[in-house]
Amino acid sequence: MRDRGIILAGLAVFLGLITFPAWYNLARGATSKGPELKLPATEKQCVAPTLYMRRSHMELLVNWREQVVREGNRTYRTPDGRIYPVSLTGACLVRCHIVKADFCDRCHSYAAVKGPYCWDCHVDPKLVRRNAP
Amino acid sequence: MKITRTGFFRLTGLATLAQAGRKLRAAAAPKRWAMVVDAQKCLRDRGCTKCLQACHRAHNVPQFRERNHQIAWIWKEPFERAFPSQRSAYTAETFKDKPVLVLCNHCDNPPCVRVCPTRATWKRADGLVMMDWHRCIGCRYCVAACPYGSRSFNWVDPRPRIAELNADFPTRTQGVVEKCTFCEERLARGQAPACVEACPDKALVFGNLADPASEVRKLLRGRYSIRRKPELGTQPQVFYIV
Amino acid sequence: MFMLEKAVVGSRKYWLWILALAVVIGLGKLAYLHQLRTGLGVTGLSRDVSWGLYIAQFTFLVGVAASAVMVVLPYYLHDFKVFAKITILGEFLAISAVTMCMLFVFVDMGQPTRVLNVLLHPTPNSIMFWDFVSLGGYLLLNAVIALVTLSSERQGVAPPAWIKPVILLSIPWAISIHTVTAFLYSGLPGRSLWLTAILAPRFLAAAFSAGPALLILLCLAIRKLTRFDPGKEPIQKLALIVTYAMLINVFFVAMEFFTAFYSQLPEHLEHFHYLLAGLEGSATLVPWMWVSMILALISLPLLIVPKARRNEKVLAATCGVVFVSLWIDKGLILIVGGFVPSPLGAVTAYTPTLPEVAITLAIWAVGALMITVFYKIALSVREGLAAA
Repeated sequence: MRDRGIILAGLAVFLGLITFPAWYNLARGATSKGPELKLPATEKQCVAPTLYMRRSHMELLVNWREQVVREGNRTYRTPDGRIYPVSLTGACLVRCHIVKADFCDRCHSYAAVKGPYCWDCHVDPKLVRRNAP
Repeated sequence: MKITRTGFFRLTGLATLAQAGRKLRAAAAPKRWAMVVDAQKCLRDRGCTKCLQACHRAHNVPQFRERNHQIAWIWKEPFERAFPSQRSAYTAETFKDKPVLVLCNHCDNPPCVRVCPTRATWKRADGLVMMDWHRCIGCRYCVAACPYGSRSFNWVDPRPRIAELNADFPTRTQGVVEKCTFCEERLARGQAPACVEACPDKALVFGNLADPASEVRKLLRGRYSIRRKPELGTQPQVFYIV
Repeated sequence: MFMLEKAVVGSRKYWLWILALAVVIGLGKLAYLHQLRTGLGVTGLSRDVSWGLYIAQFTFLVGVAASAVMVVLPYYLHDFKVFAKITILGEFLAISAVTMCMLFVFVDMGQPTRVLNVLLHPTPNSIMFWDFVSLGGYLLLNAVIALVTLSSERQGVAPPAWIKPVILLSIPWAISIHTVTAFLYSGLPGRSLWLTAILAPRFLAAAFSAGPALLILLCLAIRKLTRFDPGKEPIQKLALIVTYAMLINVFFVAMEFFTAFYSQLPEHLEHFHYLLAGLEGSATLVPWMWVSMILALISLPLLIVPKARRNEKVLAATCGVVFVSLWIDKGLILIVGGFVPSPLGAVTAYTPTLPEVAITLAIWAVGALMITVFYKIALSVREGLAAA
């Protein structure tokens, strides 16, 4: 085995390269802690349980959309009796998650969710000076 | 005043029932929304565009200089163009070449609803011809079907052409068709459509045709009215008092 | 199974042709990406003329796709053996044409990513829904028929018995795809140029002229470029079909003229005025209208006189004239003309833009590519059998 040295050296280089992400992040001190969300100041309860919202808020929003647009029903009642207007921009972003960048965008950018094309049409109220009704 | 517990509950119970009954009756009573345009009143100030501005501002309707890409929910057309079957060399001076308000007629028998392949436009029970901008695929079949030219397509991204964004109403994206919705979102709040509210001469009257005591019914009973292209059988719900 | 290996073996000319098509397709793809990003505003379409070149091509090509029935019906229903060798060519033409139709509809949509909404929210009162169904079904039918018959021919056996009812189904289905497409237009109360009962028959007559005319040209090209000779008789029979169909088509158009001009109804007359002489100074379609009519009239004696029809050189030119005349008529004239004047009496000119033309040419190139590959496969199979 004349080439033992070269082979071992090559293997070492390969292993080093392939484990690069792991030891580079360790050295940098980066963690997989995840996005840091700024929770609403006053409201403590969401329209639905946190676990459900984390997994399925998209589903809730789509149901809300169909409810308002196609059925004209603009009232949402939670199982424990709280009533909310059915509107992302008119309820969620006004009563609780006032700054979209502090909450919604945090997870969306962490997970590289390019997607919600909602904002192609719906207007973030924070971006526009609200005119008096 | 002194009241027993029983008496209190009886009172509040009856009051609640009465309120519920009133609400139920109102909900069950059918609504047929319609609009009456008093063309005589509207023509008093030829240059007035308050209704157009109110509508387009409330609904983030973009303003295009290029005629080809124009989007309008309500606008003015010369009389002979709004009512081509009434074309004549001897039209009364009041109307000859004069601008008339045109908008979606929310027809009772709408050809646009008949042709939409996804029901992105549909007729609601209360008479509104609705738009669902989430479902529209932009095929523009409804634009071809509308005999009044009431519908506009978003040929490009509308956002840059909106002077002042109204956060209370969404914009639309490129690639979908839009039109007047009789201010469905305002009706849900119990308000009149934006154009009706904005008119300084009260030339636009909006109301429930199913209610014989409504202002629209009173107007139509007392004054002669015409509709656009009635021979097509579309049953438009926008009436013009001429 | 698809015998695609037959399509990757070819002469230098073959590969140059494929390369040229690929370039056209590539340029069109870039133009389409531009249209996706900026919106359909990159086309010449407008608030008044909301359908143009894309839908015009779609309308014309549905006719070409339906015309396969003109070879399938005589052969499979009436045992007309003359068409035995060219039914496969007709079916492949149908597949390519239907694919082009679907592509043209796709590039015309404002929100193409939502196209599946038509199937997710089926709406039976909408003719467009039925158009989707009928075109998709026709594509499937012809793909299955072509595959099964060609495979059987290659293996030297008769096709399986179950393919016969499938083939027979494709006959009324072919008629229906073009009737449904005509219904898209002929049921709209506000568009007087289209609101005529004769629109569907007119579409079919034009389809059965333009389609077989194209098939004749393809057969003549095949004879020149490959070792396969479709034979004189099938081409002559096709020419006879083109003759009668074109006569009926011109007759139908004359009927339209009579109703409009004798009744003097403004809604009808206005469209004809715009097409024949222009309105309010706008006359974009006038030269196209006259060219289409003159070409159609020129083609008639060339088709009717047997000596002219039997001369294959003259026939080739005549088929070209028929194809171009009907392409202009069914495409530009009928579709764009229906929008001018608008319901409010506005006269808006329509001129396709460069991206629009690039995308259109690219889709035609896709169709040409499909036909090239399909015919290469079919004819290689036949050459292989002949050699054996």
